[in-house]
Order: sequence, then C-alpha cells, then structure tokens
Amino acid sequence: MPANTMSKAERDQSHARVFDLSQHSLRELNQALHKLTPGSNETAWEVLNPKGSHSVAVGVDQPVSIDVRGSVGYYCAGMNDGAAITVHGSAGPGVGENMMSGSIVIKGDASQYAGATGRGGLLVIEGNASSRCGISMKGIDIVVHGNIGHMSAFMAQSGNLVVLGDAGDALGDSIYEARLFVRGKVESLGADCIAKEMRPEHLELVQGLLDKAGVTGVKASEFKRYGSARKLYNFNIDNADAY
Amino acid sequence: MTYRNPPTTPRKSATFDDYTLSEIRRAAATGIYDIRGAGAKRKLPHFDDLLFLGASISRYPLEGYRERCDTSVVLGSRHARKPIELKIPITIAGMSFGSLSGPAKEALGRGATLSGTSTTTGDGGMTEEERGHSKTLVYQYLPSRYGMNPRDLRRADAIEVVVGQGAKPGGGGMLLGQKISDRVAEMRTLPKGIDQRSASRHPDWTGPDDLEIKILELREITDWEKPIYVKVGGARPYYDTALAVKAGADVVVVDGMQGGTAATQEVFIENVGQPTLACIRPAVQALQDLGMHRKVHLIVSGGIRNGADVAKALALGVDAVSIGTAALVALGDNDPRWEAEYNALGTTAGAYDDWHEGRDPAGITTQDPELMKRVDPIAAGRRLANYLKVMTLEAQTIARACGKNSLHNLEPEDLVALSIEAAAMAGVPLAGTNWIPGKNGF
Repeated sequence: MPANTMSKAERDQSHARVFDLSQHSLRELNQALHKLTPGSNETAWEVLNPKGSHSVAVGVDQPVSIDVRGSVGYYCAGMNDGAAITVHGSAGPGVGENMMSGSIVIKGDASQYAGATGRGGLLVIEGNASSRCGISMKGIDIVVHGNIGHMSAFMAQSGNLVVLGDAGDALGDSIYEARLFVRGKVESLGADCIAKEMRPEHLELVQGLLDKAGVTGVKASEFKRYGSARKLYNFNIDNADAY
Repeated sequence: MTYRNPPTTPRKSATFDDYTLSEIRRAAATGIYDIRGAGAKRKLPHFDDLLFLGASISRYPLEGYRERCDTSVVLGSRHARKPIELKIPITIAGMSFGSLSGPAKEALGRGATLSGTSTTTGDGGMTEEERGHSKTLVYQYLPSRYGMNPRDLRRADAIEVVVGQGAKPGGGGMLLGQKISDRVAEMRTLPKGIDQRSASRHPDWTGPDDLEIKILELREITDWEKPIYVKVGGARPYYDTALAVKAGADVVVVDGMQGGTAATQEVFIENVGQPTLACIRPAVQALQDLGMHRKVHLIVSGGIRNGADVAKALALGVDAVSIGTAALVALGDNDPRWEAEYNALGTTAGAYDDWHEGRDPAGITTQDPELMKRVDPIAAGRRLANYLKVMTLEAQTIARACGKNSLHNLEPEDLVALSIEAAAMAGVPLAGTNWIPGKNGF
C-alpha cells in the first residue's frame, strides 16, 4: 500500500519498532520503553513471542502504541501511564494494575485482578475477566465484553466498570464510590453494594464508555447500575453483621 | 467492750485487674472494641533481658574515644543496581501521612537525613514534605495502594513491599473519619470523613510464588535500580524470611509485636504476633540456612529504644534496626509539657495512645491544622537527629567494650540472658551458666 493512502495508525504500524522476546530479554524491552522521551519518533512498537511472559510493557510513561502479538503472563502493562497497549491474546493476572492513564485492550480473556487499583485510563477486555476484576479500583474505566468473576470491584473506590455479560458472586463488596454497570445477571451483591437507578447522566456515561471501547449494537439502557449504599462508611456496631 | 473481728485488706483480682474491669465496663457501655495506636504494652521478654559480657582476659576492648568503630551499613546489594548506603544501622520505620501530620513527616525526613539514615513512607502515599526532606526515602508498597504511582516509585530510593506489621500481622490499616481531611481524602481517593479500613491482603497477589512475580514487576518498572524490601509482622519469622528470600527480596524487615500501629484493635495488638526478641533468631537462622545471611539484609523493628537495644539486635545477627514509636517520642509525642491536655482527654503523658482520634496534643498524630502547628519540623528533626546520634554512640560504646571495630562484628557470643525465656528466644546462655534452653537436647 502506498504510504500516502495509509491511515496514521497504519503508517505508524508500518514503522513499528519490532521487539522479539525470543531474541531479547524482558529487561531490554522494558528499559527501551522507559528510555522513550516526549516527542520520540518511536511511537509504535510491536512485541513478538511474549509466550506468557510476566511484566510485559510495564511502567511505560509515553503516549506510544504497543501491540503485543500473543498471550502474556502477570501484570502486563502494569502502571501504564499514557501508552495504548493492545494484547492480541489473553492476559494473566493483574493486567493493567494501577494504570494511571492511556488504554489497554485485551483481545482475549483476562485472569484475576484485571485493572486492580487502576487510577485512570481505559481497560477493555474483549473476552471474559476472571475474579476480582477492578479490585480496589481508584479511577480507572473498565469495559468487559464478556462476563466477570466473583468478588469483582471489591473495595472499589472510584471509576467505572461496565460489563456486557454477567457478574459473579459478591459484586462490589465493601465498595466506596466506584460505579458498576452490568448488562447481564449478577450472581449476588457484596456487603454494602446495592442496585441503583440509571439516571440520564449514567446512560450518557455508559454510552461514552461503550463508544470508546468500540462496542456496537449495545444500548446503555440495557445496563443496570450498582454502587455503594454508604451504610458502612462510618462504623456502627449495629451493622456488624453486614461484614 | 465488744470484740470486732479484724478486717481483711480489700484484695483485687490479678485476673480481673483495674484495667480489665475498666475495659469490660467500656465495652458494655459502647458496644465496640477498643481501638488505639502504638504496639503491645504488656510485659514481654525483651532486650532488657540480655546483657553484654564486655571484655576480659580473652577479649580486649577498643579505646572508647579513639579507635574507630564503624556504624555504616549497605542494604539491598543482592539485586539492586543502587543499594542503600546508610551511616548508621538505625532507620525510621514506615508511618503514614494521614496518621501523622505533614510537619511530623517532614521532621522525620529531616532528622533521618541529618543522621545519614533512611525514612519510610506509609499507608497514605508519598508527600512532597517527606520526599523533599529525606535524602534516602523508602516507599512502601501496601495492600491499599493509596497514592501509589510509578512516578513516586521511581523517585523512591527503595521499595518496601508490606505484607504485614508487628502490631497486627494479618490486619489492615485503619484511619477513622476525623483524620480524613481533604488532603488525606484526595491522596487516598476516598470520600472525606469516612472510617477508612485498608485492605489486609494485597489486591493482585497471594502467596510466595505470586510475590516473586510482583517483585519482578516492581524491578522491571524501576529498571532494577531500587532495593526491594519485604516487610512482615512477627508471625512465622523463619518461614516468612525464607519465603521472602525465595521471592527475590533484597532486604527482609521483621517487625515484632511491640512495633506500633497508627490504629487497630487493642485485642489484636496484645494477642497476635510474637515479641521482637522471639523473631530475630529464627529470621537469622533462615538466612543462614539458605546461605544468604549478610547477602539478603535483615532489618528488625519493634521496641528499639536505645543503643543497647541496637547493639543487642545487631549481635543477634540483624543488619539494621528500625524505629517508629521512639522516633515519635523524640519529635515530642507524649511529652509531659502537654499534661493538662492529656488529662482533659482522660489520659496522661506516656499513656496517650488514641492516635486515631486526631486530637494529639503534641500535634503529631493529627490532621488538625492548629494542633499540627505545635510541631516545628526543623526543631523536631534536630531532636530526632540528636536521639539517633546518642543511640549510635551508645551502641559504639558497647561494641568497643566488646572489642569490636564495627557494630556488625558484635555476635551472639557477646551476650547472656537474664531469664530462661530470653535465653531460649535469643539462643544465648542463661547468665552464669552455659545453658541455652532448647539446644543440645535440653
């Protein structure tokens, strides 16, 4: 394809710096990513042969795109701050943990603790997510095309979790101010988590997140909202049975 | 004249003593357990139960003020590209901004820096005050992950993965509503004024195999620069130390039950975990069994008060100690000058431990803008530095008397114990005997 007919993304992709983990070490990859400075021309990266490696592309703090061709182990894209990272495979536990900003897309499924303690940015899981998705989230947006496992959004403090499928047991246990939107059924709600009314601002919020996550054919009105009853915010002995 | 039987003296129960009775009455009135700060207050076998032998015909001393006695220590040289180099083997333990005021955190940083040692963040993230005033700052990686971000991770000098702490092994932090000010709430991403209970488990790893992978992630994010500490409460010191080594720690921190907390249940503080003295030898033994003693470094904390405690801990095989409660006292905590105000709170100087209530007359464990003005960070930092200097001189005095030209050359053979319990825990002979309980079949 002639260069002048390519989209910017395609052009970037064609100049991607390819990093083969069967040829180079994980440490070399992460250090090369950390050496990037604002304005670098190396804005597109492709990681080959991850083969379940842990800590792939962790701590990246520049707005580059990284395509990981294959499945990854624990903590892929951990503490991401600005990069757009796509995993063309499945992700092990703790994908995108403590993300600050940027985006992460998992084309396959994600294991436990996806997006744990994330503070910002968007995590999209196109498959299913296992237990404790969004645990202790602190501002991240998470969109899961499939289902999520038990104890998801445990102690979730802030941010939005949108689930197109079903949620497992004890959703939102001990939740603070995070907002949960589930389209399918919820197996059970955790302590202090209740169903709430979908007001116009929530419909708008969910629609915006669906759009950002590239979801089509699904309406925001199909979701139910869950959040904190705020009954356990200040300790009261008469609520002790709720814990 | 009528005869009266002589009365017996009123006798209080040793089991149901005044404190116990008051606690039963308090529980019955309020329906909630007692929450307080600090560490175990009960009498425990401790460093006071050990004595140094000093020099004799077979061991000759060093001149007190002339011959060098090295106090420096390097921590974290196992894997880290930039290990921590400290002038003294006494560090400042993790205490959170939130629990402590901003000026108190600044004072800790100033005092530590003047003394050539490190200070540590806590369960509330890193503040500019402490980063700015701490030459060497250890950044705690806690279950709550309040304020955690890669920028602070990279501007830390070491990272301490906190698994537990001595006051409450198995418990999370607690910060009650009155201390959740706007600034604290923002740093923790929480609504203002709520009772905040930190998680007791890390959200994204469980067990030693996961910990190994988590440490790998932290190393990768920081390009293998920073020493990684793993801090555990004094629960199972042999196995916890061995597992931390296996997981790749550069430094293991073991915190005994006298180690303080900002706030937790009294029943937890006094009944869960082991005394500091009981933790040291198993932790050292684990390192020796793995051939990692002095390669993976050991820090012990919980009830360290003076240079003798420092010297005794080092003689038992640790590389450095850490102080929390004692450092707060040096800043001005529980100072009798505020006695009238302690009385108004129903307590007395020396016993004040309701740190969670945020009404600390000394202005240290508070977020009240007026109270915190009572801490002058420069003067308080100077007091901490003075105190650290005295502790160091005391430890050197003992080491020289034992003929050692470095604090780290002190050894268990320099010690005897005053009680059977302390002898068994420390693995040193009962004074006047060659008996080490538990050794050689006895």
